[in-house]
Amino acid sequence: MKERIALDLSKLPLHGTGSASLTFWGTGAFMLIEGMGFALTIAVYFYLMSLAPRWPIEAPPPNLLPGTVLTLLLLLSIVPNMLVSRWAQRKDLRKVRLGLIAMTFMGAIPLIPRFFEFPALHISWDDDAYGSITWTILGLHTTHIVTDLIDTIVLACLMYSKHADNTRRYGDVEDNALYWNFVVLAWLPLYGCIYWVPRL
Amino acid sequence: MELRELLLLFVAVCGVVFVLVMAVMAWALLRSNNPARGRPQTERSMGRVVSAAIVGTVLVITFLTVSSFYATRSIDWREADPATIVVRGQQWWWQFTYLDADPAKAFQTANELHIPVGTDVRLRLEATDVIHSFWIPNLTGKQDLVPGRENGLTLHADKPGIYRGQCAEFCGLQHSHMALLVVAEEPDDYARWLEAQRRAAVEPADGDAAAGKLVFVSKPCAACHTVRGTAAGGISGPDLTHVGSRSMIGAGLLENSRGSIAAWIADPQTLKPGNNMPLVPLTSEELRQLTVYLSELR
Amino acid sequence: MTGQAKIPSPADLAAGDEGAEAFLRRTWSTPSGLLAALSTVDHKVIGRRYIATAFLFLLLGGVLALSMRLQLAFPEARFISADRYNQIFTVHGSNMMFLFAVPVMEAMAVYLVPLMVGTRNIAFPRLNAFSYWIFLAGGLLLWISLALDTAPDVGWFSYVPLAGPQYGAGKRVDLWAQMITFTEVSALAVAVEIVVTVFKLRAPGMSLNRIPLFVWSMLVTAFLVILAMPAIMFSSSSLILDRLVGTQFYNPSEGGDVLLWQHLFWFFGHPEVYIIFLPAVGMVSAMISTFTRRPVFGYLPLVLAMIATGVLAFGLWVHHMFVAGLPRLGSSFFTASSMAIAIPAGTQIFCWLATLWDGRPVFKTPLLFIIGFLITFVIGGMTGVMVASVPLDTQVHDTYFVVAHFHYVLIGGSVFPLIGAIYYWFPKMTGRMMSERLGRWAFGLIFTGFHLTFFPMHILGLQGMPRRVYTYPPELPWAGLNLFVSLSAVILAAGFLIFFIDAVRSFKFGPLAGPNPWNAPTLEWATSSPPPPYNFRHIPVVRSAAPLWADGETLPVATGLRLDRREVIVSSVMAAEPEAREAVPANSIWPFLAAIATTIMLIGSIFTPWAVIWGAIPIAITLTGWFWPKQTPEDES
Ligand code: HEA
Ligand code: HEA
Ligand code: HEC
Ligand code: CUA
Ligand SMILES: [Cu+2]
Repeated sequence: MKERIALDLSKLPLHGTGSASLTFWGTGAFMLIEGMGFALTIAVYFYLMSLAPRWPIEAPPPNLLPGTVLTLLLLLSIVPNMLVSRWAQRKDLRKVRLGLIAMTFMGAIPLIPRFFEFPALHISWDDDAYGSITWTILGLHTTHIVTDLIDTIVLACLMYSKHADNTRRYGDVEDNALYWNFVVLAWLPLYGCIYWVPRL
Repeated sequence: MELRELLLLFVAVCGVVFVLVMAVMAWALLRSNNPARGRPQTERSMGRVVSAAIVGTVLVITFLTVSSFYATRSIDWREADPATIVVRGQQWWWQFTYLDADPAKAFQTANELHIPVGTDVRLRLEATDVIHSFWIPNLTGKQDLVPGRENGLTLHADKPGIYRGQCAEFCGLQHSHMALLVVAEEPDDYARWLEAQRRAAVEPADGDAAAGKLVFVSKPCAACHTVRGTAAGGISGPDLTHVGSRSMIGAGLLENSRGSIAAWIADPQTLKPGNNMPLVPLTSEELRQLTVYLSELR
Repeated sequence: MTGQAKIPSPADLAAGDEGAEAFLRRTWSTPSGLLAALSTVDHKVIGRRYIATAFLFLLLGGVLALSMRLQLAFPEARFISADRYNQIFTVHGSNMMFLFAVPVMEAMAVYLVPLMVGTRNIAFPRLNAFSYWIFLAGGLLLWISLALDTAPDVGWFSYVPLAGPQYGAGKRVDLWAQMITFTEVSALAVAVEIVVTVFKLRAPGMSLNRIPLFVWSMLVTAFLVILAMPAIMFSSSSLILDRLVGTQFYNPSEGGDVLLWQHLFWFFGHPEVYIIFLPAVGMVSAMISTFTRRPVFGYLPLVLAMIATGVLAFGLWVHHMFVAGLPRLGSSFFTASSMAIAIPAGTQIFCWLATLWDGRPVFKTPLLFIIGFLITFVIGGMTGVMVASVPLDTQVHDTYFVVAHFHYVLIGGSVFPLIGAIYYWFPKMTGRMMSERLGRWAFGLIFTGFHLTFFPMHILGLQGMPRRVYTYPPELPWAGLNLFVSLSAVILAAGFLIFFIDAVRSFKFGPLAGPNPWNAPTLEWATSSPPPPYNFRHIPVVRSAAPLWADGETLPVATGLRLDRREVIVSSVMAAEPEAREAVPANSIWPFLAAIATTIMLIGSIFTPWAVIWGAIPIAITLTGWFWPKQTPEDES
């Protein structure tokens, strides 16, 4: 076919940011998948609860302490997380580096209370269906924390490498921050499920 | 509304819709080209026809949904009385427990269900191992037997007769050979049958049958099978108290006869590979005696 | 690469400089050699591989079907043992659904969507490569297990407790569940790519109302995948957990529930069938317009019908569980929602009929398959409406009536359009035409063979023949029809055989096609056949829903994309206004390595939960290698 030039795009930026970034949409799609996964675990939790004569089936309600500490830590981490995101938007390399290191800690520290959350359930995964679903919820969410933590660490290393000062990297930092917010927000209903529903 | 009528109704309505759609398609393909092709006016009139067809679809499916709903009601509203028979599905045979207010009158049997004609018989459906499905095509639709749950089903036979049924939910290796018979009888016959089933097994007079009984209770048979009135009280296999009275053995596998009982005992794993009855080594003499004994358990 | 002076500018390309085009080709090409073949991220190469592999699975699954038909041809036949038969129908069903039908549709999209929206590669091309390797690994897993006589044997929906730790012996069910994980990962990856490609990579001017219908159908399908597949991920993982580490999800004596499995499976399983069907709707809409020489009638209603089908798909799952013992009257709600699907389905049919009515039909092979589709799918839809009625379903559920229903909709509704689509797009993919003569033979044999094979199954079902039986007694009235069905299946197989022969032969010897052999209106036909590695010399500028019909002989295009890096246009979601010139990743071996690492982890985790922990390390390493910047022009911003 013959071609007729109708549009010149040479003035466009070499990289899309924000909603013009492909990774932004990709991250969004993956969050939708995982959000659906979390929604299903919650649905299964309530389904099993609706069948059980008592809930928890054969255990006292879980201890509140570790889960609540973790929740507070996660909520707290939103603050530096948003800051990193803002610095990345401004392409402030120095602050982004520091912020990523801070976020590495903010991502790692919750793993400590998380470690104590499992025994706080007072039940093992193979005791009964209640144990299975609560362990699954905790396990699933833990993999999300760990995945994002690893991502943060890799990004932090990248930001100290020669590849750092690049709009793409800043975009990655923003997407990583977005994903961390998702990990934190997804936890809240799960927290309510595990710790408060048995107390209703 | 009866099931048969509902089926005919659906087939008729769907058939008509199908023929209409096909007729339009054939006409569209065969007609010579319309000179008015693609003009706004044709687009508009096609739009009207398509909308009308969609409205028609809505009406037809509403009608079908409502008729289906009424049929559901008329089928389901019959479940009034508590269950009188418990059906337990297991890999790969059926256990029936006839309940009675007097526990002494309750009894168990297998693979052949007797019911009186003209009345609703309420079944309670349970499963021991995996999911099975109870289905007597000529009497009623199917219903699953689900481990951990209790389902119910009402049987109603208008005419005496023998109705074949078959497990409808895939349940493993021998799902294909998990059939059963429903024998619908006049109330008198049914009462006689009940009476006979409640009795303990007939005591063999002597000779082969008595020897067979001895073999039965001394060999592993007794560990799995019950013969009421003897020491045999196993429960992992079918109750054999009146096995001779059943018309088939092995959950619809073979016509009941001396020959088939002998063949079954001699090698159940070839006749029904993978079923839960092992080959018990027997001398041919023992086998013959057992066969005589079992086929006389009427 | 560093000699700045040697890099031609976009203006050179616009001026028709051949050196500039060669340069562009080099930027986008897949070099030859094994390493390059494993590293390519070209959506066309991957799409072709994907399609070929899926068709290989169709062939293998078809051979299994024939062996089942051999066993069922005679009562009490002993060609195949009970255990073997159970493996065969399980692998036939799982293979056809998870390794053929879903992947082949996504594969068609991987090949076609970027071309149809006028861009140069799919979004996340490395993920695309990864997805193919994972799919291949899952397929091999299932078929190797069948070859080793340890294939899953519990049916394609693996109901517990039969599939649970107590009754599902050995590793068979774990292999099934993990095969599911493989195919889900690959399907989800492709779904994400398609969503982002359609949202962000459309050619300038391709606003929502100019998106080709096939692309719409794949967009809706991709959302169905995204929302439905997590359910099967959850169920297959929890099944493995029950079997491996003793969780109690499905154990009723410890608070678990047997029906929970069915709810989860069918919450995925029903949308799954529309994941298979909707792409076919898109294919039919694309082809019917070309072969009637007019735009398809009712673009908007067709789009709305696809979206409505997608939404309704999530409200029907209980119709697979009508006899499981849920409250009957509650089930009637699902009768209503299932029947409601007839409204969008009908809308589609009526729009196509109107298109045929007003068009000038050209009876080429693809149109024949469309006609076959219309006939067959309407019958299959009608039987769908019948089984949606609770009382009727209590009779026909789990019988050959249902087997007939789903082969009508799966083969009639999806495979017929798919084969038509292969005839239609084969010239684009290979540069050569398939044979019209063999195409007619294939259609004739497949169409007659199909109906002779599957129509009698309705009757068998009404006569009470249950499905999934490896044999049946001679005294029942099923033997005659079964023999007839089995013989007819040979006709059907002959049709498929001709199709395969035609495809293989034409690949080498077919007549050359040229860019647009059918005179079709959409963008994939605006470039050469097969398209160059960069798809379009210049990205087209779109001004109508049928650009090649509307713009006459010259195509308006956009210039300004760099030639020295893989650049595509990112455009806005609604109006497709250009927003950026984005670089997309170049070839890389890392996705292949990541797929190997993932495969090792997934297979290991069938045997020990520790594989998840240790296996995660190589995955993390390969992923880091995948994303680590390599100082290519693609990394500039
Ligand atoms: C491509 C795949 C596909 C498609 C498109 C469909 C489409 C439909 N299916 Fe089917 N179905 C399957 C694949 C599919 N199905 C599979 C694989 C199974 C079995 C799984 C297993 O057990 O192994 C199954 C099983 C299945 C069941 C469970 C049966 C059972 O196990 O007992 C039911 C019950 O409601 C059902 C219903 C429907 C309905 C109502 C439609 C509707 O979408 C059909 C709508 C279409 C039309 C109605 C025709 C066109 C419309 C018109 C021309 C308008 C006029 C029409 C009227 C007025 C009626 N299907
Ligand atoms: C898209 C999906 C799809 C497709 C295309 C098919 C295709 C076919 N299917 Fe399948 N089928 C299913 C999906 C599909 N099926 C599913 C989901 C089940 C349920 C499984 C379960 O219960 O778990 C099922 C179950 C099923 C059964 C029921 C088994 C049972 O319940 O016991 C039967 C029985 O006849 C059957 C037959 C066939 C036949 C004859 C074909 C034919 O169309 C195949 C034709 C194709 C070929 C034959 C290949 C090409 C042939 C050649 C190239 C010739 C060369 C051959 C030799 C040299 C030998 N299928
Ligand atoms: C380990 C348990 C076990 C042992 C031991 C065993 N059986 Fe069985 N038996 C079964 C089971 C289970 C069935 C049902 C098989 C089926 O139909 O799938 C059965 C079925 C039968 C039947 C058919 C009953 C019917 O109505 O269909 C007969 C007769 C029978 N067994 C006799 C015997 C005899 C005689 C012996 C000893 C030599 C014996 N069994 C030993 C478990 C056992
Ligand atoms: Cu029991 Cu099938
Ligand atoms: Cu469905």
